[in-house]
Amino acid sequence: MTSPARSAHFLAAVVALCAALCWSAGAVRAADGRVPMPDIPKALGERCVAETDFMRRNHMTLLKHQRDETVHLGVRKAETQLDRCLTCHAVAGADGKPVSYSDSGHFCRSCHDYAAVSIDCFECHSSRPGQKAQGASRDPPDETTLKLLGYLRDKRR
Amino acid sequence: MTSETGSRDERASGASRRSFLKSAAGVGVTMLAPGVVLYAAAPPAVAQRAGRPADSKIRWGLLVDLNKCPPGCDLCVTACADENGLHRPGAHESQWIRKVNVHDPKTDVRREVPVMCQHCAMPACVDVCPTGASFKRADGIVLVDRHICIGCRYCMMACPYQARSFVHEPQENQRPEVPRGVGTAEACSLCVHRIDAGRMPACVEACAARAGGAMVFGDLNDPSSAIAKAIGTHRATTIRADLGLDPAVHYLSL
Repeated sequence: MTSPARSAHFLAAVVALCAALCWSAGAVRAADGRVPMPDIPKALGERCVAETDFMRRNHMTLLKHQRDETVHLGVRKAETQLDRCLTCHAVAGADGKPVSYSDSGHFCRSCHDYAAVSIDCFECHSSRPGQKAQGASRDPPDETTLKLLGYLRDKRR
Repeated sequence: MTSETGSRDERASGASRRSFLKSAAGVGVTMLAPGVVLYAAAPPAVAQRAGRPADSKIRWGLLVDLNKCPPGCDLCVTACADENGLHRPGAHESQWIRKVNVHDPKTDVRREVPVMCQHCAMPACVDVCPTGASFKRADGIVLVDRHICIGCRYCMMACPYQARSFVHEPQENQRPEVPRGVGTAEACSLCVHRIDAGRMPACVEACAARAGGAMVFGDLNDPSSAIAKAIGTHRATTIRADLGLDPAVHYLSL
């Protein structure tokens, strides 16, 4: 056996040993619960706008992009709106209603608390999905209003 | 209030207006004053295509006919508060639209004027904003990007209409479409979330449905729109036109 081939063999063995040690250690730790893991609530929808791995790394970029498009251009894409995220990832509290960000069980908090990453989205944004304003009056539009709505829709085409 | 078309107006604009009326069959007709008629509406409803950016060919504006604005009525104010989640009464609560009483001692004429952000073409708030948070959208709506706003309140000092408010208290239970939070400036957004969904501002809708229908909303850049026609025909005025800011909110009988 030549010298380079021997060293490569040795290196492979070391890597394999390290990998095995790391895997077994991780499995033990996870199994006996000595390492706290985030308790991420399951979403209500069937699937997210992208796969989980992508969303874990890139959800903030998607939200920020959507934020600028919405505020400055008026482009409101339903699939990447914050409210849509909150609707699918709503966590019911003791009263059956979705909890707000002040509850540690909130979907965003479950991970952000664990990662010690503070967010200030919910200083302005509602942290519950689609709730109506208290005392909001929602009279159905009359005929004239409906015609005006048609005009508006036409203008936006 | 509805009315037949005035024959004088019919002769005045001739065939083009008749064809407009023909195309807008079943159009809502609003009587502003004797001989003054507004045509509030239009072509058939078409579903809005989602995801379209604001169009720079459009300039959204409002026309308020003060003859039809009843004294003591605050439907537009309450509709605005309901729509935008401005609920807590108190000295520090924001007011995006307010009624201002004006009185001319010479003629003893009194008016109650609904005043909101005038969505100027040359907005002073945008000029003075140090961070670029105050901005004008392509379709003329003046907004605050609260992600960038540092709450310095220069815009409040610069605005001659006192249209901007400051959020002093932490907010809860905001409307999902209308995020608003402590430490930022804010003002009437012309219900931009509704406009993007092909709907009218809440104040206009409430006024049309439950009050005198004193407000008309539409595209100032479109000569065929009801608002542009009314402004041109009846010489609508703006508040403090001498400042040259070119507000998008116009008033009749001010």
